[in-house]
Amino acid sequence: MKYMMLIMANTADDSGQAPGCTPEDWMAYDKEVRDAGIWVSGESLADLVTATTVRVGADGERTVTDGPFAETRELLGGFYVIDVPDLDAALDWAARCPGARDGSVVVRPVADFGV
Amino acid sequence: MSAGTGSPAGPGGGGLGPVASVEAVFREERGRLLAALARRFGDLDLAEEVTSEAIEAALERWPVDGVPPKPGAWLMTTARRRAVDRLRRDQAYAARLAILQIEAERAGPAPAAGLDDDLPDERLQLFFTCSHPALAAEDRTALTLRCLAGLTMSEVARAFLVPSPTMAKRITRAKKKIREARIPFRAPDVDELPQRLPGVLQVIYSIFTEGYAASEGPLLQRLDLAEEAIRLARILRRLLPAEREVAGLLALMLLVHARRDARTGPGGEPVLLEEQDRGRWERPMIEEGAALATVALTGGPPGPYGVQAAIAALHDEAADVAATDWAQIVALYDVLLALTPSPVVALNRAAAVAMRDGPRAGLALLDELAGEPLLRGHHPYPAARADLLHRLGRHAEAAAAYREALALAGTAPDRALLRRRLREVEHAGS
Repeated sequence: MKYMMLIMANTADDSGQAPGCTPEDWMAYDKEVRDAGIWVSGESLADLVTATTVRVGADGERTVTDGPFAETRELLGGFYVIDVPDLDAALDWAARCPGARDGSVVVRPVADFGV
Repeated sequence: MSAGTGSPAGPGGGGLGPVASVEAVFREERGRLLAALARRFGDLDLAEEVTSEAIEAALERWPVDGVPPKPGAWLMTTARRRAVDRLRRDQAYAARLAILQIEAERAGPAPAAGLDDDLPDERLQLFFTCSHPALAAEDRTALTLRCLAGLTMSEVARAFLVPSPTMAKRITRAKKKIREARIPFRAPDVDELPQRLPGVLQVIYSIFTEGYAASEGPLLQRLDLAEEAIRLARILRRLLPAEREVAGLLALMLLVHARRDARTGPGGEPVLLEEQDRGRWERPMIEEGAALATVALTGGPPGPYGVQAAIAALHDEAADVAATDWAQIVALYDVLLALTPSPVVALNRAAAVAMRDGPRAGLALLDELAGEPLLRGHHPYPAARADLLHRLGRHAEAAAAYREALALAGTAPDRALLRRRLREVEHAGS
């Protein structure tokens, strides 16, 4: 069963790096996930100042805006998709993720449409 | 269906009313069947459906054919056959369950069935699934009442004082999360147990406290909920005999429940501990509770339920308020406060200090808690202050505090008691 771990970082630090964890922590975690054979995909997102939002109105008009900016307390900093037997296993991996120490990790099952 | 549906019960009684549903006849078996089938098929909905069907079949057949030599195995076989039929009819469903099964195998083998029983007891797994931290707190309680206590949907709804369709929706949502997020049907490993067991105990205790002091409505006590909680704790105690906090929780509930007949007056109003007729406390239940409290406090560091049970036992074993060992009770509250720091525990400790050292000492401690956000809106806090102010002869302040408590109290009987106390201080002050 696939789960996405959405790594939510606190906005306080503009380096995007949770104060509690180092790049080495992330590298070690990444290696663990891959060595366990559960890694499906995963990315770290570039700084929020690079984000752009697109909306298409009812009239088909495209609106492009800069942002969004960090108005919310926590923002998405990256994600993993892992394949594990059940939610308990997914929650264990989330708890070990360095991102859970300073921010939080939201665990969401990937919808299965039976294809 | 039940003739008692919705009928107002007398003081201290009723709530769920007499249970006359088909499922009620097999409540114990229902929980076991459901647990075993949920684990086997990895799907609570299917397990519920075929459990009900098997019980209906039993009610139809057994009066005619006689009770089979192994009733549990008969029910299990019947339920499994129904499940297989269901899966034949619905191939897509079957395919999904097959995947679930493969995944479940990956998660570890199912434990062996009980040897001396014709129906395996896998209710422990179901306890942990129903009280999984990934579910909303009130959903955990509702699921536990539905799946493990075997209450019908309308009984669960009445327990929460919500309409049946509302409860049905809530339970459906919780089951959807179990199924689609795949919350497993498994008991935690030994090293995980200390982290997960308190959640299960919390669910059972919340059922009990809701029965013990209904948070709203005309009835102060809904005893059948309290009894459900005790029944669930007894099941859990059999499943986890080495866990001292399970013994502690069961002890606590028995020691409190033993006082039920003395807790309400003829008009349904609450009777405070110091005014209760202790002759009406149920002695055998106190003895059982006290013995379990000893178990809970022996052989390791105490847990919060064990300590609370010990406090309850000291009250239960005292001839009256004056003979109560308040020094020991304060000492136990100190332990409890260290284990679970909370302003509510501090409030109870302050009341015990007032009994040991006098109202002035208790009031000083209560006033230190004045800014606590958790006590804001908690009527026992102003009520406790009012009692101590009353004892100190500060009638005007006591009256003000009683009025504050009155504005916060949820149940009609609680408000009636507070109004009586308010009248007393008003008379004393005039």
